[in-house]
Parts: sequence; structure tokens; C-alpha cells
Amino acid sequence: MEKLIYLDNAATTKTALEVVEAMLPFFTENYGNPSSVYGFAAANKEVITRQREIIAGALGAKANEIYFTAGGTESDNWALTAAAEAYADKGKHIITSKIEHHAVLHTCQYLEKRGYEVTYLDVDENGLVNPADVEAAIRPDTILVSIMFANNEIGTIEPVREIGEITKKKGVLFHTDAVQAFGQIPIQVDECGIDMLSASGHKLNGPKGIGFLYIRKGVKIRSFIHGGAQERKRRAGTENVPGIAGLGKAVERAVSTMDERAAKETELRDYLISRIESEIPYCRLNGDRKKRLPNNVNFSFQFIEGESLLIMLDMKGICASSGSACTSGSLDPSHVLLAIGLPHEIAHGSLRLTLGADTEKEDLDYVVDCLKEIVAQLRSMSPLYEDFMKKQKSGQ
Amino acid sequence: MYTEKVMDHFQHPRNVGEIENASGVGTVGNAKCGDIMRIYLDIDENQIIRDVKFKTFGCGAAVATSSMATELVKGKNIHEAMQVTNKAVMEALDGLPPVKVHCSLLAEEAIHAALWDYAEKNGIKIEGLTKPKSDIHEGEEEEDEEY
Repeated sequence: MEKLIYLDNAATTKTALEVVEAMLPFFTENYGNPSSVYGFAAANKEVITRQREIIAGALGAKANEIYFTAGGTESDNWALTAAAEAYADKGKHIITSKIEHHAVLHTCQYLEKRGYEVTYLDVDENGLVNPADVEAAIRPDTILVSIMFANNEIGTIEPVREIGEITKKKGVLFHTDAVQAFGQIPIQVDECGIDMLSASGHKLNGPKGIGFLYIRKGVKIRSFIHGGAQERKRRAGTENVPGIAGLGKAVERAVSTMDERAAKETELRDYLISRIESEIPYCRLNGDRKKRLPNNVNFSFQFIEGESLLIMLDMKGICASSGSACTSGSLDPSHVLLAIGLPHEIAHGSLRLTLGADTEKEDLDYVVDCLKEIVAQLRSMSPLYEDFMKKQKSGQ
Repeated sequence: MYTEKVMDHFQHPRNVGEIENASGVGTVGNAKCGDIMRIYLDIDENQIIRDVKFKTFGCGAAVATSSMATELVKGKNIHEAMQVTNKAVMEALDGLPPVKVHCSLLAEEAIHAALWDYAEKNGIKIEGLTKPKSDIHEGEEEEDEEY
């Protein structure tokens, strides 16, 4: 096959070479357990502390507010269930949005089965949560608001700062799933009034299986994984030292290249959007045009289905993803696309392209050329397109 | 996830298109669930399917099952075409992933719907043929997810 064009960086990213290099010594050389007494192993404790400082620095947080986890999903699960448990005395009401990642939504459903009440806020047609809706939903028994920093499917960046002001004023905990945003756009926890923040390593050219949860000092949540004194007794288990070393390097790298990368990706993103919009009829850009992650492009193409589109792109060496039901094995298309008001049949024909640091303009030109051809081909065999064209003709 | 045969029929679908003044046309499925199939039959005076075309909106398996179903009924008489079940379509494709089995049902339904249309137009009865459901997903139950 010709060159692989990888445009699924929201799913995962290539681990950077420097990251791998930073991890390697901790497999075969400095493999000691950081909790051991002897110097050989205890040195790894220092390594962990250094990475904690790097990550804290990226968020304007303190090092002892960063807790390493096995990834974004664990962080979301921990934040929600532990906060629900710890603050149950105050109340059992949680507020979130309809477009959260399943790591949050399924955890909310789990809590609902255990006596908690969850309000799922609507979003507008661009996927934005209205801060006024958050304020209106807060009740005396509300203990937690969980709204994502940026959406994984459509790239919309939520008004986190405004929401943080409200939760602070009302004395309600604020958690944000920043798995897609962290390392892509600047985040300062104090400025945004964030009490807890989930992030993951493999979305920013770091390793898989490592992430963290930021927990503001004073937030009284307990351990989720029991069995040891690691992570200030809040997350037991021998530390994933290679993973932590890799995550620290990835964060350092992401922060130092953020401005330049975001500028380049934004330009390429807008180029891709404008080419698709001007060259492929009957399509729709999903997500906010401006309040949008620099690397996210999401389109719906009428009259075609997403999985077919993905397979055909794959045959051209292009990796992408879709909100189509067929890619998830259920009959319903993406909950995010339905929440922004797309009818089912249009949501089925969606395509997400997420750029990376090494995406080039020529790659995107090739993608648009292939896409034009594939969309036309799938439409030529679509009964929906046939009906639409007949209607157009008879209407004239 | 797909067999070579499915990929072949998806990449090179047989009998895509429309037939003008077809002897029978059937459309089944539901855009809401992400798949719609339309089959056109051209049937001669000896009740032999002379030609068949299809159009499908759906996933790779939906396209491949439509393509295979048209291949299986082409040249057969209308009674033989009734024997082309979803199982036959699946077997001819060397199998489908479990979540895609409904696509083969849809292909069977689409053939039946086109035959029904033909039978109605010609005032004949085809043994074993019943009026097609307007929505293939009718009566399907959602799986109960556990958390």
C-alpha cells in the first residue's frame, strides 16, 4: 500500500520517539519498585515526582494535586464515583451534558442505578453547553458538575471558564474531562475554576495505559483502587514508572510546541474544511467553527453511510473515523451528533478527520481528492440519493 | 472483520443501478438505522429473472449482501428466487460478523419486496411470499446493556 495517511489523532497518536527513549531505561535498567527502600529503586520515586511537577506546571497546579492513573477512562470513573460517594451527605444530584464521552456517561448511568440523580444538559447545534443552563440546573442537593473541556467527536471547546465561575459561586464541585483538550490548547485550572480534571497520555504522543486525574487540594475524594499507599494513598498499585516517564516527556513536548503546532494545525484544518465545503455538495460541518480544537474536522455527507466511507478511505491508505452506528455495532449513530440535532440518516454519514503534528497539506489534498471520488461513488449507489435527485428534477 | 468475499462484493459490487420500467421494485430498511436497500427486477414472460439491479445505503456488509443477493437470483425463476434466504446469502459470502447478520435479512427482504411488487402488478400469487414489512427493524428488540 502507498503511504499511510493517519487522520485519527483523536483516537490515539503515534508515540513520539523522544517519549519512547524517555521510557526505555525504566524497563531493563532502572526497573526497581519506587516504594522499595534501597537507593537503586527509590531513585524512581524522584523520577515520578519530576514528572508530576512537569504536569502540574502545565496546568498551573501543584505537584501533589496530580494523581497518576491508567488513563482517561479510569480518571473519569474515579472522579465521578468517588465524588458521588464522598459528597453523598450533601446530596445525590449530578449535572453533566449529553455529549460527554462514554467514560462519563456510563459512569453516570452506573450512579443512577445506585440512587443518584443525573441531569444531562442539552447542547446547541454546534455542541456548546450554555453556562446559564448549568446555573439553572444547580439545586441545593447538587454535588458535582462534569462538563468536558472539548468534545472528542466534533471538537467543540466548551465554555469551561464560565461554568467554573458558576460552580465556584454555588459551591459545587467541577470536574472536566480534558482528554482531548490537554496538550492541544492552554488549560489553567485556577483560571477555569476546575476542581478535577482527567487527561490521558496517548492523545498527546505519549504512551497508552497512563493518564492522570488532577484533584484540587481540599477536594475530599477517596481511593478508587485499593491496596497500597501509592499516590498519597489515593490510587494504589505499583507505579507505572515507564508510563509516567513517557507521560512527563509527552507533556513537556506538547507544552513547548503547543503554540506553533496549534497555529499550523488550525491553518490546515481550515484549509481542509474549506476544500470539502466548496468541492463536495450536500455536506455539513459539525461542531463550532471557531470554538474548535485545532486538529478536528467533522463532516456529515448526506445520502451515504459512514462505515462504507471508512472502508473505502482505508483502501486508499487513509485512517479516519465515523459516528456511524455500524462502526459501534449498535443501531444508533453517535449520541453527540444526535444531541446537536442531526437526523439519524445524516448522523450515519459522518466522518471525523483529526490532524496530527506531522500532517502535511499534500496529505489533505490527497484526502479531499479521494473523498470526492468515494462520496460520488457511494451516492451513485444510494437509493436516498436517487430519490433526492428525482425529487429535484420533478421540482424544476 | 469482513471475509475476502464480503470485501470483494463491497469493493466491486455486482448489478448496481436501476432498471427502467422494472417488473418489480422493492425498497426495505430504515434510514434511521442506517440501511436501505432497493432491488429492481426484470422478469420475462416465463417468470425468469432476466436482470436485477440494486441500490443500497448502508455499511460494507449491506452493500455486499445486496450484491450477492442479486447474483444469486439472477437467471432464476421467481420460485427459485424465493429459496434465496439470508442464510444462503451469508454462506455465499463466507459469513458475516454477528452484528451484521441483519444486513443479510435485509437483502432477503428486499428480494421478497421486489417479487411482491411484481406479483401484485401481475395479479399472481407466489407460494411462501408474504407482504413485506415496511421496516426491517420492526419488532427488533434493543439489547439491554449492563453497567
